[in-house]
Amino acid sequence: MAHGPQAGLKRWLYTTNHKDIGTLYLWFSFAMFFLGGCMALVIRAELFEPGLQIVQPEFFNQMTTMHGLIMVFGAVMPAFVGLANWMIPMMIGAPDMALPRMNNWSFWILPFGFAMLASTLFMEGGAPNFGWTFYAPLSTEYAPPSVTFFIFSVHILGASSIMGAINIIATILNMRAPGMTLMKMPLFVWTWLITAYLLIAVMPVLAGVVTMMLMDIHFGTSFFSAAGGGDPVLFQHVFWFFGHPEVYIMILPAFGIISAIIPTFARKPLFGYSSMVYATAAIAFLSLIVWAHHMFTVGMPIAGELFFMYATMLISVPTGVKIFNWVSTMFRGSMTFETPMLFAIAFIILFAIGGFSGLMLAIAPADFQYHDTYFVVAHFHYVLVPGAIFSITAAVYYWLPKWTGNMYNETMGKVHFWLAFIGLNLTFFPMHFVGLAGMPRRIPDYALQFADFNQMASIGAFLFGAAQVVFLFNVVRTVMGGKKATEQVWDNPQGLEWTVPSPAPYHTFSTPPVVR
Amino acid sequence: MATESSYYVPEQSRLPIFATIGLFLIAFGAANWINGGSSYVFFTGALTLATVLWFWFAAVIKENMAGLNSEQLKRSYVWGMGWFIFSEVMFFAAFFGALYYIRNFSVPWLAGEGENGISNMLWEGFENTWPLYVTPDAAAHGDTAKFIGPKDVIDPWHLPLWNTLILLTSSVTVHFAHVFLKKGERGKFNAWLGITVILGAVFLYLQAKEYYEAYQHLGLTLESGIYGTTFFMLTGFHGAHVTLGTIMLLIMLLRSVIAQHFKPNDHFGFEAASWYWHFVDVVWVGLFIFVYVLGA
Repeated sequence: MAHGPQAGLKRWLYTTNHKDIGTLYLWFSFAMFFLGGCMALVIRAELFEPGLQIVQPEFFNQMTTMHGLIMVFGAVMPAFVGLANWMIPMMIGAPDMALPRMNNWSFWILPFGFAMLASTLFMEGGAPNFGWTFYAPLSTEYAPPSVTFFIFSVHILGASSIMGAINIIATILNMRAPGMTLMKMPLFVWTWLITAYLLIAVMPVLAGVVTMMLMDIHFGTSFFSAAGGGDPVLFQHVFWFFGHPEVYIMILPAFGIISAIIPTFARKPLFGYSSMVYATAAIAFLSLIVWAHHMFTVGMPIAGELFFMYATMLISVPTGVKIFNWVSTMFRGSMTFETPMLFAIAFIILFAIGGFSGLMLAIAPADFQYHDTYFVVAHFHYVLVPGAIFSITAAVYYWLPKWTGNMYNETMGKVHFWLAFIGLNLTFFPMHFVGLAGMPRRIPDYALQFADFNQMASIGAFLFGAAQVVFLFNVVRTVMGGKKATEQVWDNPQGLEWTVPSPAPYHTFSTPPVVR
Repeated sequence: MATESSYYVPEQSRLPIFATIGLFLIAFGAANWINGGSSYVFFTGALTLATVLWFWFAAVIKENMAGLNSEQLKRSYVWGMGWFIFSEVMFFAAFFGALYYIRNFSVPWLAGEGENGISNMLWEGFENTWPLYVTPDAAAHGDTAKFIGPKDVIDPWHLPLWNTLILLTSSVTVHFAHVFLKKGERGKFNAWLGITVILGAVFLYLQAKEYYEAYQHLGLTLESGIYGTTFFMLTGFHGAHVTLGTIMLLIMLLRSVIAQHFKPNDHFGFEAASWYWHFVDVVWVGLFIFVYVLGA
């Protein structure tokens, strides 16, 4: 294993190297980000004016569905797994991931799974059109025939996630360098350990719910049919038992990234390391018992409404701990504002806004007003775009010099940041207003009085899209060449990954480093 | 967590990409088949994946016998199997959870009980009973209903009781096999493992007999409303897991008998299979209580 990679396509098809596989994950996720982004732009173009101008309602529904599925399962999750692949072995001083061949398998399932999912767009009856949450009976009795392909692609994507998560847990629990005790691990490693646990806990439940759909559609069972004694609401319970932890799967690794970046550019150690660990664990635990806050209007018993309301509000306590710790880390630090730091600070502010609107939605009686309006769309885009996407972007800028050995273009990075920052706020902030005023989600047309805010949102969306082209250009340029990065890259960053040369050699830590 | 100096990182491998192709053909082929297409793609995929897994396991065994696997690497396999079983537990949890929800919430509501009982106006005459002999559909629409409930359900104290005894016994016999393997007595190991495999096969035979009985005489089918749905999905997935577990144990037996694999201190392949076996056993106990006894 002393030699480097093979040349050509075979390197990528047969690789067992965590850095190669991390790179594959990241590029795949980037591609899916653009694909899902283009679908978002179709949605925003249609919503630029009231009435129908560009697409038919059927196609609009397919776009909202596929946009959600692709962004969740194709862009955000693979990006975090790619970062985990690249960084976790380097952060804990391991030679590679624990199970390298399975690692390759986890990745390569993704392009095949998404090819299958995307192929539904060209099938008779069109792609899935029932929203990314695929509620029954819309996704069972009234679904297009392509739903069967959707179900099986979810199955294999889930298998990929479970294998990836098992690999990450085995790596973290078994491969740490001597002296790297659990409470010395970087927070990115901690958050991923807990994320992987959540993945293994809930991805099988997703497999279960799509299996129930499959049986109801094709084999005459009645899980979601009241006629046979089942209940469509059962679908929502099982789906959200997966779905709510899923949204934490998409944010916990982001917490780890921000916890790495803020101390570097504030030039202070992270404030409250152990409370960060406990807060992460608390969020993960709570995420498993709050699922029905997505279903306040479905007609639950009042005890259920109250339980899920209070449990949901509890989450703001550990989340508040995290925000407090990040702000305290910056307090009186010698701050500089390189691109990763800009994205990290924007993350804290905008994620907090998303958190507050989440708190509003958690209030069951108020949720009856907000439910299925654009307010909900604004809320979860505020936690996912400046949350997950900004943290991934920050991580790419932060570690790209370590991966490639070259510095990215700082000016272009800052242009990217400001375009993205303005674009996303322009897109999603007005959605709060139209949502509170009653504009429903997932409808290609709207009442006239919502036109101004929707036009702003559409302009913002195209601005945000343009910003990502700058990002792509910057990344490609950095991969091709540029100013050489030093071993440390930044001003005295903490962590084992900064002790190896830039670019990091193909095999790092073949003999484990000693951690004091 | 102490890291030994050499962790075996395999060279590049063709196995995973071919496994991916196999898995993809299975998924695409299954969807195609169910939607009315041919089944060839599915079976091509299944054959591909089975072949790849054969070579994959062979490679792992060969590496281990060549002494490439450090103690640390072996721990990775242990962690991997442990967490895989946890994922299986959660898969069954989804179906047990569905059963719980249906019995405690949706069926009582449909029958007019509690806060959501208003939905009973859609299914007049429907009553909350379990087993659900009369579905809401049948209660409201009589013979024109799509979902007709079963005439009777499986009596827990006949076949299922025997199956419980068989599976519990098989958990003990596989444990004996393990004990003798650790003592280095291969003959006894093979014997006890062989008994376990036979018990697994007998269980499956009885389960098939029970399904036949349900379909032929009781009117208990997948289409017979929510009772048949939960009954067959829970016991069916369990049966699939028993099938897989029996195949795993059978392969372990053949490895031991034919190739003399496994040493008293190095036999995780067998141990993983036995963990899996204990897991399906525990699931069965849950099924026996919640599906058969409390469901009859």
